Amino acid sequence: MPAGRLSISQVRLAAIVAGGAAGALARAGLAEALPHAAGGWPWATFIANLAGALFLGWLLTRLAERVAPTTHWRPLLGTGLAGALTTFSTFQVEIFTLMHDGHGGLGIAYALTSVAAGMALAVAGVVAARWGRRW
Amino acid sequence: MVGALTWAGIAVFGALGAVARFRVDEAVSARRPGEFPLGTLVVNLTGTFCLGLLVGAAVSHRLLLVAGTGFLGGYTTFSTWMVESERLGESGDVLLLVANLWLSLILGVGLAALGWHVGRALA
Repeated sequence: MPAGRLSISQVRLAAIVAGGAAGALARAGLAEALPHAAGGWPWATFIANLAGALFLGWLLTRLAERVAPTTHWRPLLGTGLAGALTTFSTFQVEIFTLMHDGHGGLGIAYALTSVAAGMALAVAGVVAARWGRRW
Repeated sequence: MVGALTWAGIAVFGALGAVARFRVDEAVSARRPGEFPLGTLVVNLTGTFCLGLLVGAAVSHRLLLVAGTGFLGGYTTFSTWMVESERLGESGDVLLLVANLWLSLILGVGLAALGWHVGRALA
């Protein structure tokens, strides 16, 4: 590796750091903007997770099947941005909290709706990437 | 209200969480290669237990934002879980697809509950 140049793994790491910071800020902003009361539907997590699933389905398919592999787009926008924007831990703790506070039906509805809609949007992203023009 | 320092903390710890996820996923996938996305499952379940712990211990809003929303939000992922499940479905591994969805959900809620109770006992 020539002095002063970054190796591929360093570029990849820097891309994950930048994308991860942006994704975490975006979700924290959404969570602050859309607080939910106890027993309410967790809209912030719901929106972030579904938007991320759609985007990642589109991104990974487009990068793998439509454009030549690059060192930075996947770690920046996929691993970093979409990974940090979406969350599994908050999603699960919200389900537990709803159930624990006596809103079991809402907790189960939130869990199943998130997974069903998340799968549908991931598929939609994949399909969009395959149908789309090369823009 | 969230101050500038907290936002900076969320950004830094979100980035660290994303790097940690990449590293753990890489390590698990290298040790246990296969069709099943075990790396994401490990990341998601360990992160969920830790968040349950923080919420159960009723830490301050600021710490919850930086460590929970920032680090554990960056560490765990919903989007990769969904896209990896879509890939399993596409390659016809319906059993693995169903296992990936249900294992994550059931173990996830169980570990969130366990973490919460441990956190409450420790607080």
